[in-house]
Amino acid sequence: MNAMHPQATHASPAGWPMDIFAGLKAAGVRQVAYVPDGGHAALIRAVHDDPGMVAIPLTTEEEGVALVSGAWLGGDRACLLMQSSGVGNCINMLSLVRNMGGPFLTFVTMRGEWGEFNPWQVPMGTGTPDAFRLMGVHVMRADTPDAVGPTAAAAIRMAYEGGSAVAVLLGQQLIGAKVFVK
Amino acid sequence: MSAIPARLDRRAVVARLLKDRGDAIVVTGLGSPTYDVAACGDHDRNVYLWGAMGGCAVMALGLALARPDTPVIAVTGDGEMLMGLGSFATIAVQAPKNLTVVVLDNGLYGETGGQASHSVVTDIAAVAAATGIQDARAIAAMGDVEALAARATSLGNGPCVAVVKIDQAERERVLPTRDGHAIRVRVRQALGLTID
Repeated sequence: MNAMHPQATHASPAGWPMDIFAGLKAAGVRQVAYVPDGGHAALIRAVHDDPGMVAIPLTTEEEGVALVSGAWLGGDRACLLMQSSGVGNCINMLSLVRNMGGPFLTFVTMRGEWGEFNPWQVPMGTGTPDAFRLMGVHVMRADTPDAVGPTAAAAIRMAYEGGSAVAVLLGQQLIGAKVFVK
Repeated sequence: MSAIPARLDRRAVVARLLKDRGDAIVVTGLGSPTYDVAACGDHDRNVYLWGAMGGCAVMALGLALARPDTPVIAVTGDGEMLMGLGSFATIAVQAPKNLTVVVLDNGLYGETGGQASHSVVTDIAAVAAATGIQDARAIAAMGDVEALAARATSLGNGPCVAVVKIDQAERERVLPTRDGHAIRVRVRQALGLTID
């Protein structure tokens, strides 16, 4: 980095979750399905608070794959929020996206890749990009707060304007390793 | 005479259910329910699933939330529903008035050799009720299918789950298209949407 011109790495004042929210709002996304995750908490709260959006808590992530496909068949733009541990649950259901086409967009908060205390999160964290690629989902990634907004905007464009299946991985450095207190 | 009534014929149940379907959208669970709906005649508001096991009801939920004024009917089997039991809870939370999930329950996995399904022990309608779906019905008589058809093709007070006890006979396979892209285009056009 050039010391004379330090690179600005600030997030927008509202923080990166609100950058995703703004992108979804601008694209007219209505149904937002999720399995709760701490990293997505602010975004989930914003979706619940927005009268123009429907927040849909799921019992397992693959429900979301089927749900967003149905939403889009009916004319709604929809997306799925989850953490990396849920990506493996989606594998077979993604055959629906492959066979019917249409947009698929998911934002995945990464666990098990950066200072992770809980080793049970590591295998699926390690395997998440490959799991998506196995099923033909285009994988994008943001590791810094200022990268989230532009990455989200690019993914939103590829999904809803291009009809592609896209996953945006939100690096664990964005969220920080979960602190376990005994 | 046996005190146990004869179980219903799956084709007769689905035919009655869809006889006056109006503008209802129908999503079918893979295997026999897909063939049953196809046997009633192809329709441009039919969404045939040939896979995505466990996803039928919750896919129908996405459609129902997108089209709140249009009845959406998921027609699936006990095995497919058992793979997505959590979707009852997801549906209960959203409580759409225009969604009916019809589970054709023959107590076996017909597509894979007739192995007994858990519904021999597990009461799927009771599971649905326990997740908070107010209108969860177990149906064993054709008269109740009539009432179900009226409910499924209109808007109710909330979602409905109906578990219909059917016989174990294997019926002729009526195979609709397996081209999901073609189905996507057709359904969206039928709803007045762009195809992509």
